[in-house]
Amino acid sequence: MTGYDDGQPRMGFFTDTSVCIGCKACEVACKEWNGVPENPFAWTGESYDNTSSLGANTWRHVAFIESGGQSTASTVQSASSVQSEDEDFRWLMSSDVCKHCTTAACLDVCPTGALFKTEFETVVVQEDVCNGCGYCVPACPYGVIDRRESDGRAWKCTLCYDRLKVGEEPACAKACPTDSINFGTLEAMTAMAADRLDVVVAAGRAGAQLYGDGPSGGVDGAGSVFLLLDDPEVYGLPPDPIAGSKHLPSLWGAAAAAAVTLAGAVAAAFVGGRR
Amino acid sequence: MTTPVGRGPGRRRLRGGPGSVVPSAQIRTYYDRPVLKQPVWTWEIPAYFFTGGLAGASASLGSMARRGGHPLLARAARRIALGGVVVSPALLISDLGRPERFHHMLRVFRPTSPMSVGTWVLTVFGPAAGASAVLAELGWWPRLQRLAETVAGGLGPVMATYTAVLVADTAIPVWHEARHELPFVFAGSAAASAGAAATLLTPASESGPARRVAVTGALLELGAAEVMRVRLGEQGEPYRLADAGRWSRAATACTAAGTALIGLGGRRRRAAAVVGSALLLAGSVCQRWAVYRAGFISAADPKYTVGPQRRRIEERG
Ligand code: SF4
Repeated sequence: MTGYDDGQPRMGFFTDTSVCIGCKACEVACKEWNGVPENPFAWTGESYDNTSSLGANTWRHVAFIESGGQSTASTVQSASSVQSEDEDFRWLMSSDVCKHCTTAACLDVCPTGALFKTEFETVVVQEDVCNGCGYCVPACPYGVIDRRESDGRAWKCTLCYDRLKVGEEPACAKACPTDSINFGTLEAMTAMAADRLDVVVAAGRAGAQLYGDGPSGGVDGAGSVFLLLDDPEVYGLPPDPIAGSKHLPSLWGAAAAAAVTLAGAVAAAFVGGRR
Repeated sequence: MTTPVGRGPGRRRLRGGPGSVVPSAQIRTYYDRPVLKQPVWTWEIPAYFFTGGLAGASASLGSMARRGGHPLLARAARRIALGGVVVSPALLISDLGRPERFHHMLRVFRPTSPMSVGTWVLTVFGPAAGASAVLAELGWWPRLQRLAETVAGGLGPVMATYTAVLVADTAIPVWHEARHELPFVFAGSAAASAGAAATLLTPASESGPARRVAVTGALLELGAAEVMRVRLGEQGEPYRLADAGRWSRAATACTAAGTALIGLGGRRRRAAAVVGSALLLAGSVCQRWAVYRAGFISAADPKYTVGPQRRRIEERG
């Protein structure tokens, strides 16, 4: 809920990882458009992934997962049997992004109001308001948002709020050459995701599943829907995330009980007027 | 399931720890990388948990002492609370990424944010506790002093416990899953520190209530921390690891020894009361550091995030 009543539907992403080719055009386009600082360069040795995770300076992150079939031993044994090994070999790629949660923990805990819901129901940090308290960082159940060391404020994907304002699609979706990243109304994205799941499952990808679709779950639905080819944790995504703020009543309930216990313990120390 | 090649997707075993009701499960991860971000908070935050709790519980103790006819104890407690509220805002502001923007906290009140709620509690509590102490020292405006003292005394327990809500309202498993116990750990720790500090600054003839608050608080702290670790089961493992483990063991040892010294010898022997109080203060500091550091360990290892979530999915079927 945004409190806007302007007929503007909720906008979102559908990232179809089954057609991602790992070109990282999204990472580059995002950096260019949003003026995101460069990352210190390092080889991780983790397939083609050298950015490792989303963060203050990485708002789109392409994950690479190489696994299966091609064990070192068999490669050495026979170079001619590459074809049969190929069948088991798996190279997954997936472009991750902020989930723009319906119940966004980062926004809920923000004490300054720097994080807000836009008219597109996306979650955006106002850089002129953020004072770098850092609360959003451990609050996000997806580990998306982080504080930028060089300037002390929290940063993350804005779903290209400036581009949306003028009717453009986000830079990552625009740059994606295979339509792995799709942008539109969340309703259309969810429908597209369901259709693609049917196609991919019919093609024999047993592990395929949707992630972040539908309004249920611990963040009441995401504005970024994904089609994954394996379980979320394989891509570094939490399988069943929950926004801490969903438990606010029990959190404050326990604190109230503890506060009363403390007051009672202090009062009890004076009972009987003993010295 | 396919086998990872070389440094493929990591697999971690999450063993059932003591108190665990769940069997070992195989956990798949992305190169063992954390799912969550580490907190960016530095030492000022656990230090504030201590000073804020100390100030809060001291304000309540001071208010009760004045009503109960213990003027020297009341004065000591007011002074301790004053000290606490002088350093607390400085700690909080210096931890900000943009300290000069600290007042942005005061542009809104957001009930969904424990930090916003806490900021406003401190904004009322701080001046009240400060005015109560200063006016009492000067002997000015007794009625205003009483009002300030009552406000500070009433908000004191909130000051001592809201910080537990603040850490529990995150995605970090060792904090969030302890949401029912952490406020009691913090309340006990705050009472122990306030009672101990007041015992140090009050003549033995009048420090009886302070010693009782110290002992009750310490027992609550020890008990609640133990219940928390048992209920956390395998999720509580960070309290046994690395620096969090050392802080946690130090907290238990100091608090237990301090409780024994004050409880058994505090009334007759001043030395026992003094050493016991110092131990309780140290125990309270260690307790906050144990909680703080456990959060980092819990966030760093994806097994704590993925394991329980995967199990939740399986239990739902
Ligand atoms: S994924 Fe994290 S940063 Fe993005 S809206 Fe949800 S809580 Fe906020």
